[in-house]
Amino acid sequence: MHNLSIKELSEGLKAKRFSSRELTQHHLDRIARHDWALNSFITVTPERAMAQAAAADAQLAAGAGGPLTGIPLAQKDIFCTRGVKTSCGSKMLDRFVAPYDATIVEKLDAAGMVMLGKANMDEFAMGSSNETSWHGAVRNPWNPGRVPGGSSGGSAAAVAAGLAPAATATDTGGSIRQPAALTNLTGIKPTYGRVSRYGMIAFASSLDQAGVLARSAQDAAYVLQAMAGFDPRDSTSVDCPVDDYPAALDKPLRGLRIGLPDEFFAEGLEPGVRSCVEGAIKKLWELGAEFENVSLPNMPLSVPTYYVVAPAEASSNLARFDGVRYGHRADNAASLEELYKRSRGEGFGAEVQRRIMIGTYVLSHGYYDAYYLKAQKVRRLIYDDFKRAFASVDLVLGPTAQNVAFRLGDKGDDPVAMYLNDIYTIAANLAGIPALSMPCGFHDGLPVGVQLMGNFFDEARMLNVAHQYQQATDWHKRRPPGFE
Amino acid sequence: MKLSPEQVKQVAHLARLEIRPEQLGHYAAQLSSILEMVSQLAAARTDAVEPMAHPLDMVQRLRPDAVTEEDRRADFQAIAPAVENGLYLVPKVIE
Repeated sequence: MHNLSIKELSEGLKAKRFSSRELTQHHLDRIARHDWALNSFITVTPERAMAQAAAADAQLAAGAGGPLTGIPLAQKDIFCTRGVKTSCGSKMLDRFVAPYDATIVEKLDAAGMVMLGKANMDEFAMGSSNETSWHGAVRNPWNPGRVPGGSSGGSAAAVAAGLAPAATATDTGGSIRQPAALTNLTGIKPTYGRVSRYGMIAFASSLDQAGVLARSAQDAAYVLQAMAGFDPRDSTSVDCPVDDYPAALDKPLRGLRIGLPDEFFAEGLEPGVRSCVEGAIKKLWELGAEFENVSLPNMPLSVPTYYVVAPAEASSNLARFDGVRYGHRADNAASLEELYKRSRGEGFGAEVQRRIMIGTYVLSHGYYDAYYLKAQKVRRLIYDDFKRAFASVDLVLGPTAQNVAFRLGDKGDDPVAMYLNDIYTIAANLAGIPALSMPCGFHDGLPVGVQLMGNFFDEARMLNVAHQYQQATDWHKRRPPGFE
Repeated sequence: MKLSPEQVKQVAHLARLEIRPEQLGHYAAQLSSILEMVSQLAAARTDAVEPMAHPLDMVQRLRPDAVTEEDRRADFQAIAPAVENGLYLVPKVIE
């Protein structure tokens, strides 16, 4: 059952070949059997899951329910879930039981999906390897000595290992797409503002966006359909109609124009990764897509821009953790200032502290213009590059990551080396455009991803292209040994 | 841009973070390497460029000035680390 697509699972449920309770129990059993080795869940919620599954079965028995009714999924632990621990991978929130649901949790519940539990993640979504989680590193099902990517590493490992049919995730600088590439999944980061951020614990508010990790573009299309849409509770939510993603999947690719930016194929790209991406280009060409070169000259500045903008926003967002209203509180503080300092010093891990300090520094008097204002201007240049490219092409294509999954501990004490992991993914966040990663081959036995970047609100087109590619290839159907 | 341990101490104070003295040197080296990477930005020509704070050209949405939230004070206090008689407890502020 854990190898079926969401569409097949839905058909099986509607035809009464199995019940949602059986399907849910099957996944809970797989979590119990396998997750000790992966650490992909922070919290498993079997009672809540079985209650939701029973409700889904009742709905299905009455002939009701939609395409997601009764299908299990994992929620990244960054989304508030009422009555369930929501730790965001941090000691700071280790005892935080959210008093309300994130909008996407409400929406997926309403669509009849069954939450299996809360997926592990880098602390406050700050990381590219899932090693910064207070709940411990997550391991890559393709090789337990390797990282699954981050920050949505738990979501990725759970779906890749067949512990959940799909998972929610978030992407501030690549946190959906890089784990997708490293674990052989399809991951989509929608346009900024497409999915509500209400109840999603904020990291960098002008960059954060929620999306999906799934085993195919078709699966991702169904789940994203239920997540996307206007939410009056999120002031940056965009009030424009949502396309029908599943209906758009079957369009042929003839006439599709794809841009290839030189900057994504420059020095640093591992040759084995490059050849997989070139294979994907050839396949898409065979399917009718046309290619041309485009230039994104400011793309190489996306990492330095991001490491000003994101920490600046993070230092402001994380100022809310004060040891008073919720979250970790230091014992026996003698003064209010000591309470703040010790609660935050004890509650935040090293990477979060580094980013808070960088953010505080770049926003401080005397440095604001040189760092923050400058980065905001370069952000505009990066955005303009994409705008120019989309005047002549429908999509931009490049690798998702320079390398395959690296070893745990490999970039341990070198934050800059870790940051450079996201060199191909950050530009889309800065520009606000949607981007998707899909499997396109293997190098040294480890998965490689290819990335599609689209114009604003072009999610349907990107899922369509990925689906057509997946009809002609079987990379996305490969499963990690031991988890088949 | 190199940060000294003394500067890290000052930034940590501004951010209300307690950093143990023996960690200051380590953080100073790491933060300096991040700022060095960031310093590539100085080479970009941005004279006539408008800063971009946000990917979407949007203005703050307004809504009718009406109460829409229910009172959930008790729920929110239940997750606080220290409350008494409906008040959040903090160390003594006024001597």
